Amino acid sequence: MTAPFEIVFSGRPIPVRPGQTIGAALHAAGIRSWRTTRINGRPRGLFCGIGVCFDCLLTVNGEPNVRACLTVAHPGDEVTPS
Amino acid sequence: MPDVVVIGAGVVGAACAYYAARAGLSVVVVDQGTVAGGTTGAGEGNVLVSDKEPGPELDLALLSSGLWAELAAAVGGFEYEPKGGLVVAETPEVLTALTGLAAKQESSGVRAAVVDPEEYEPHIARGLAGAVFYPQDAQVQPMLAAARLLRASGAEVRTGVRVTGFARSGDRVTGVRTDEGELRAGAVVNAAGTWAGDVAALAGINLPVLPRRGFILVTEPLPEPLIRHKVYTAAYVTNVASEDEGLETSAVVEGTPAGTILIGASRERVGYDRNIAYPVLARLAEQAIALFPALAGKQAIRAYCGFRPYCPDHLPVIGPDPRAPGLYHATGHEGAGIGLAPATGLLISQLLTSSSGQLGSSDRPVPSSRFGSSSGSDPSDPFAELSESGGLGGSGDRLDIDVFPFRPERFA
Repeated sequence: MTAPFEIVFSGRPIPVRPGQTIGAALHAAGIRSWRTTRINGRPRGLFCGIGVCFDCLLTVNGEPNVRACLTVAHPGDEVTPS
Repeated sequence: MPDVVVIGAGVVGAACAYYAARAGLSVVVVDQGTVAGGTTGAGEGNVLVSDKEPGPELDLALLSSGLWAELAAAVGGFEYEPKGGLVVAETPEVLTALTGLAAKQESSGVRAAVVDPEEYEPHIARGLAGAVFYPQDAQVQPMLAAARLLRASGAEVRTGVRVTGFARSGDRVTGVRTDEGELRAGAVVNAAGTWAGDVAALAGINLPVLPRRGFILVTEPLPEPLIRHKVYTAAYVTNVASEDEGLETSAVVEGTPAGTILIGASRERVGYDRNIAYPVLARLAEQAIALFPALAGKQAIRAYCGFRPYCPDHLPVIGPDPRAPGLYHATGHEGAGIGLAPATGLLISQLLTSSSGQLGSSDRPVPSSRFGSSSGSDPSDPFAELSESGGLGGSGDRLDIDVFPFRPERFA
């Protein structure tokens, strides 16, 4: 079994168990929201958790519009809010 | 007892309720489903003057265009975007036809300008023959628009209430029967959209309103705006007017304030079939990518369909029905219902109040010339009264529309 590792969310280290998605790791670290709606600024994060709703979008290693719920975390991933 | 019962809590019913309430009438709105749960909630929110040939429907669209701007200021909260429409032509032949149409529209009061499409839309495909820009085209979020107008009207809104029949006194309609009991009213407005024919049938009236299905494909929310205006190909105009029963598609592409891109438009006559038709979605996607190549790398996250209420002559049905005095229709707007809703609501409210307190009276004759254009020669002609009174409930617009083509009795 591979050892746990970390990714970085807005400068903050987040522990990851191998195989976890970025969304799962953020959730496990107590982070529930990483995006706000454009008009009313309401918080958004994991909603459907299965890739359908596109509410959990964030930027991973410079790539925008990545779904946190589907994207498996890799050591050293730099994650920022969309 | 309310002055008016409006059947249908879509955008047309909401506009009828809003203007009727503003004219001092008490209004109850009933809907078998939810607010904006029918065709209103299944569209793009088009407020277009660009897609109509000169004529009464264009006049209605022009009036509505101004009313939407007023409503955005007076009511607001429904993402009104006066962003303009860009109609593009792929070939010189199509461009000639497009500029010819634009010239005719300009003489009816539409503003239009021949422009370089790449100047207006930096991400648009290269090599298009040209484009016409229509600054009066706009967009609203239609569900919010219906909800906000209903709230602003102060009308009592009763959702989940199905109309099962009409209360009658002789021919006259004196209210509706519902699965929650009878509701008497001075007048009844049938704004049931695609289902308005079924409602009319409950009064023993033939009103041939039929469903024309359309799909919309929605992309993921894009981080940067890709599309600035409402952009569509000139083929859209001919498809809208087409008699063809088979599938027709043309690219209609635009962004929303939430960052998603809406991709239309398809038209098919397949009844109320709600099954997702993947070949239709594939064609919509292909056409949109041909227009905006950068869309090729974007994900489509959902699709939805709705049923445009169309009449065989592709004109709306607006006005009192002489076959059932007391019953008014406001339906049959096909794909233009969002855009035409305010003018329809205003027209209905003026009709409801034009007999100055005579609402509900059955003693007035219904002359055959009742819906004639504003000659004003018939003193019992409510439309003539409208024209003579000039102002439209403080909006400052003059109701100078030939409403004869919209009259319900054309289906009698």
